[in-house]
Amino acid sequence: MAKELIKGNVAMAEAAIRAGLEAYFGYPITPQTEVLEHLARRMPELGRAFVQAESEVAAINMVYGAACTGVRVMTSSSSPGVSLMQEGLSYIAGTEVPAVIINVMRGGPGLGNIAPAQSDYYQSVHGGGHGDYHPIVLAPASVQESIDLTVLSFELAEKYRNLAFVLSDGSVGQMMEPAELPPMQPIVKKNYDWAIGGKGTREKRILTSININPHDEEIANLRMLQTWFEIKKNEVRYKEYYLDDAEFLVIGFGTSGRVALSAVRKCREKGIKVGLLRPITVRPFPDEVIIELAERVQGILVVEMNQGQMLDDVMIAVGKKVPIEFYGRPGGVIPFPEDVESEIERMVSAKLEIVNNPRVAWLDRMLHR
Amino acid sequence: MVTIIKPENIVYSRSHAFTETSTSYCPGCTHGTAHRLIAETLEEMNLVDKTIGVAPVGCSVFAYNYFDTDFVEAAHGRAPAMATGIKRVLPDKCVFTYQGDGDLASIGMAEIMHAAVRGENISVIFLNNAIYGMTGGQMAPTSLPGQKTTSSPLGRDVELQGFPLRMSEMIAKMDGAGYVVRRSLHDPANIRKAKKAIRTAFETQMHGLGFSMVELLSTCPTNWGMNPVDSCKWVEDQMLPVYPLGDFKVSESVSELRF
Amino acid sequence: MHKEIMIAGYGGQGVLFAGQILAYTAMDIKMQVTWIPSYGPEMRGGTANCTVVISDQEIGSPQVAEPPIAILLNLPSYDKYEPLIKVGGVAVVNASMVDRGAIRTDIRTIFVEASRIAEEIGDTKLMNMVAVGALLAVLPELDIKEVKNALRLHLPSRHHALLPSNYLALERGFDAAVSQGHG
Repeated sequence: MAKELIKGNVAMAEAAIRAGLEAYFGYPITPQTEVLEHLARRMPELGRAFVQAESEVAAINMVYGAACTGVRVMTSSSSPGVSLMQEGLSYIAGTEVPAVIINVMRGGPGLGNIAPAQSDYYQSVHGGGHGDYHPIVLAPASVQESIDLTVLSFELAEKYRNLAFVLSDGSVGQMMEPAELPPMQPIVKKNYDWAIGGKGTREKRILTSININPHDEEIANLRMLQTWFEIKKNEVRYKEYYLDDAEFLVIGFGTSGRVALSAVRKCREKGIKVGLLRPITVRPFPDEVIIELAERVQGILVVEMNQGQMLDDVMIAVGKKVPIEFYGRPGGVIPFPEDVESEIERMVSAKLEIVNNPRVAWLDRMLHR
Repeated sequence: MVTIIKPENIVYSRSHAFTETSTSYCPGCTHGTAHRLIAETLEEMNLVDKTIGVAPVGCSVFAYNYFDTDFVEAAHGRAPAMATGIKRVLPDKCVFTYQGDGDLASIGMAEIMHAAVRGENISVIFLNNAIYGMTGGQMAPTSLPGQKTTSSPLGRDVELQGFPLRMSEMIAKMDGAGYVVRRSLHDPANIRKAKKAIRTAFETQMHGLGFSMVELLSTCPTNWGMNPVDSCKWVEDQMLPVYPLGDFKVSESVSELRF
Repeated sequence: MHKEIMIAGYGGQGVLFAGQILAYTAMDIKMQVTWIPSYGPEMRGGTANCTVVISDQEIGSPQVAEPPIAILLNLPSYDKYEPLIKVGGVAVVNASMVDRGAIRTDIRTIFVEASRIAEEIGDTKLMNMVAVGALLAVLPELDIKEVKNALRLHLPSRHHALLPSNYLALERGFDAAVSQGHG
């Protein structure tokens, strides 16, 4: 299929349709509303379910209901809306039914603003709802990845009966790039042995997140952790740039990852041996490759559009093996390549130390700009 | 011990729409009555194989164990949203929610109103016993003025704690609602009327005539601190004046249903 | 090849579409391209801008701090972005809506009476295409023929009656820039 110039949000919506999305429930919020608008037109014309819910709380619980029937179902929102969905997300996780959630992140906390941000990393990656659970989180940096990861999110959610997030941001969502959409997949009736839909001639089925006996809930928790380890073993994805001879490593996901790419190229032109690792699955986190890289680089710079959230996962992976530096732009500010470039140059020329909390020095630099 | 040997002598038996599981309800509570009316209706309408129930949070949280149909368990108040999700992808199936007053009229107010106004083709069985049962007798949005509960120990003071909510009257105003009635479970005559209403609600859904809800005035002997007989009397004397029984919405198409 | 172009004006001037047509052109000639708008409340009647990055390799940042190329369609945009343009860069300015000359001497500024030319053609809304035409005079990587082609391929067919006047707007803008010694 030919490439077309397509907006990130529209691309995710259409990709979901072509991946066999049977039901969508959502609520308008900037900067993701194009997802809802595209599906508002397309789903009914295909005879598929679309409801503009009364709130994100209702939307995620509609998703929960449809997910229990085993269809491909999705919602989309942006940061404040996803906060409202945390209740339903925890129930979906606890019931072990597959569902896809698109979060086009914006600046926060609170009402914040509608500019691109990455400050929902903790919430999505480490589970913002109550209880122990382990969502799959895919972070696109481009429109093509928005398409590919939306399709993948359905496959992974179903394969593991797990929550799958597409963690985008206002920049990737609003951006247009040439990209190729997949062909239309037929809707496949899956007849899962867990889905509800009227018992017919089989035994009745119950889908619930209740395990009133704590020992049963413990067993359910252990089973979910087992599933998670399976996911971690099989599904780690990332992209490497200029890493073969790198002496310094930059790590960034989504938009900050692609901004860092521009900076890394500029530094390469200046002869600095720096490379970039861009996690595509931020959960499962690509910690093994980071541990390997930490063995051979002199310093690591983590770049994010937040106060340093993925930074924690990098620090857990690397430990005290190598100095870690942080550069973040929270609140809806997108860093420019020049900002990251000068951070790389600072890292290369400074006498780096291994510190407990790289945010302290970063905050000091930010406050004394 | 009398042994019944002739089937024609059987005047009462367990509905086939029930599982063998015993309920966890307190003695004298009318949840069991409501369950039985639903089970009999599903059986009579031959819907057991194609029904999906949505259980609430509250005393009836384990309703899914008692009916021999597929069931899901919703978050507190979200049963109408979850039922919407199911019904939209399985429009030919029978989808009902079973909700108490805390679930439906307090935390789930938005979900029930919007399900009704969208005309979601689901049936809602709403048990109103004017108190929170599962958490141990707190004030409900439907508690009566002056009613003593553990969170209104001096009696519900309407100046401070507001007035009881009449859900059926409110929902009847929604254009998407096809059938909204209030019945009571406090005596046999009313129970029979309640059964008829539940049947009408499911018929409404199966004929695609929009949102249907049956509010059932119910007892909570345990948390009201009364014996079951006095509880039924309390429904009649205290609840009926605040919650009059009646048909608040019967759309023209529903009124033409014959079954 | 790596080109970064910012287009700014007020909402309704066709800022976003001007950027999109450059993006379509780049896509059609198999270049990598990103188009990113400003979005949100400022779209409603206020200023609008978009950034287009065209490259022959994977594009990193879709936004630039100092655009080397800018199309500025009104005075507020000119005031805001003139100081930000990269040294040695180029600004195409809609002279019809700007009542001052250039302050920067370390960039090249092309003043084009884009609104007036569009009015002469018969549709003030073509002002954005006149400005794009002027830019093409100094952006040889995008041939005016390719831009016309992109218009034909990507403008919805219900608007195809407008193609000749759009072509003319591009040409008039191009010629205006060339006649001033640019290109």
